[in-house]
Amino acid sequence: MKSMSMKKRLGSTCYHTVVFAFACVMIYPVIWMVMGSFKTTNEIFQSAQKLLPESFRPDNYVNGWKGFAGFSFAIFFKNSLFISTVATAGAVISSVIVAYGFARCEFRFKNFWFGCMLLSMMLPFQIIMIPQYIMFNKMGWVGTYLPLIIPQFCSQGFFVFLNVQFIRGIPKDLDEAARIDGANTYSIFVRIILPLIKSSLVTSAIFSFMWRWDDFLAALLYLNKPSRYPVSLALKLFSDPTVGSDWGAMFAMATLSLVPIFIIFLTMQKYLVEGIASTGIKG
Amino acid sequence: MRAKKKSWKQQLNQGKVAGYIFILPFIIGFVCFISFPMIMSLAFSFTKYDILTAPKFAGLDNYITMFTQDKLFWKTFGVTMYYVFFSVPLRLIMALLVALLLVKSSRLSGFYRTVYYLPSIIGSSVAVAILWKRMFASDGVINALLGLVGIDSATAWLGRTDTAIWTLILLAVWQFGSSMLIFLAGLKQIPAYLYEAATVDGAGAITKFFKVTLPMLTPTIFFNLINQLINGFMAFTQSFIITEGKPQNSTLFYVVYMYQNSFKYNKLGYGCAMAWFMVLVVGGLTALIFLSQKKWVYYESER
Repeated sequence: MKSMSMKKRLGSTCYHTVVFAFACVMIYPVIWMVMGSFKTTNEIFQSAQKLLPESFRPDNYVNGWKGFAGFSFAIFFKNSLFISTVATAGAVISSVIVAYGFARCEFRFKNFWFGCMLLSMMLPFQIIMIPQYIMFNKMGWVGTYLPLIIPQFCSQGFFVFLNVQFIRGIPKDLDEAARIDGANTYSIFVRIILPLIKSSLVTSAIFSFMWRWDDFLAALLYLNKPSRYPVSLALKLFSDPTVGSDWGAMFAMATLSLVPIFIIFLTMQKYLVEGIASTGIKG
Repeated sequence: MRAKKKSWKQQLNQGKVAGYIFILPFIIGFVCFISFPMIMSLAFSFTKYDILTAPKFAGLDNYITMFTQDKLFWKTFGVTMYYVFFSVPLRLIMALLVALLLVKSSRLSGFYRTVYYLPSIIGSSVAVAILWKRMFASDGVINALLGLVGIDSATAWLGRTDTAIWTLILLAVWQFGSSMLIFLAGLKQIPAYLYEAATVDGAGAITKFFKVTLPMLTPTIFFNLINQLINGFMAFTQSFIITEGKPQNSTLFYVVYMYQNSFKYNKLGYGCAMAWFMVLVVGGLTALIFLSQKKWVYYESER
């Protein structure tokens, strides 16, 4: 009996050693970057193997924050926050409305439109970026935030799908009962369905926010004035060899750019996991 | 008057009409931002268009140039294929292996899951691209750490044609976390009685994995495979920022080349032709996987 529990404990220790060690390898680059943001550029180059900086100095943050071409990172963060928030609001609201239509209404060609929705979910932005650019250029939208924001208001396939899954999980008896009490299709949506799918709304919102925050390609295509740059694009230009090679400051700003993502990740992880699991399996 | 109003209201309330009202945002978006641009793009692919002057009809010129004269086109296509061919399976295998480790719950499960998942949340950001560039420089952390374990290396990982692409593949594999979560959820749905029955039949751990776990996971693998394949072909930021296609275009991804053609050299017609070729390739591959699913994907409801 005793040897059995010894063996078990040994097995468990082995397990944790392996999984923990590998976790350290996985996370090391990120920690190295965060630590690097407190090192001098010389330190980053000459003692890359050391994880901890000689002293934690905020110099890099002060220098990096100044940005480039007279625009500080305060402007870039403000831009990113604006784009991500408005685009997210648009995507979440429009997607849940569309999802309710697909999940609860019977109408002609519904399967056709649902197929189109799945198709739009699979179709990557890269495929339509050129004609979209030509179109938005003709409309005079290039250089503004409209190309980044307006399409989000037309619902996003992934979020429609997620919400459809959730709404289908709500028993139809609830709708029927409300209908007997005099509710119509619209009030059922607002009073019955919406309060019940809060978690999928939150999931959509955090995914959308993170994707918009990280988005680089669309910003690269459509924005041409530094005063309008989001953090992702600013960071890329900040790291261009022509602008400078202050790696300390680059690491500092790179770290800062990830702070919102880290915060969402650590506080909302439950929703992220749920979102991935529920759309992944049933997809 | 009143009756008429009511019937109008009733109609609005019916699924037939209400359904369309609800999905209207999608229809508008689908028509304006997807269908219309796609059709336009097909039309542009038969023209020479530099966005400043009106497009000139050029017949099949773009496609002929693409397939027969543009060596870089085939080069970037090959590079992208190579990247997809290695990064997608490696990422899936990694995700599955780690999911198998983490499915056993312990006090630290939550912590492990967080750490393994984090890279896929931040992996596609510009910040990580910059970090990767620094890590694999000849005086970066990778060489420094190799030095610590006794391997003296001054390799400029990003400067050699044989290693540069692998730094990008490694970055893709590093982000296995989201697939891992999908696998974890899939693993938890496998009913315990299947394993019990296998144990009764005297199956070992390895037999159980190949006869129970793997078949039950095939729908999850199928979904992951298609998703990752599409994402792999569309990779942009990594190549654009970390390697800029260098050295000798060995990391120049298809989408980056398409971007350069369209927005650097102002050959938008050519870019559209490239985009359409990609649609056919990715669409074809996806269809192939879909068709093959009968052979290897197991759906429980079909029992």
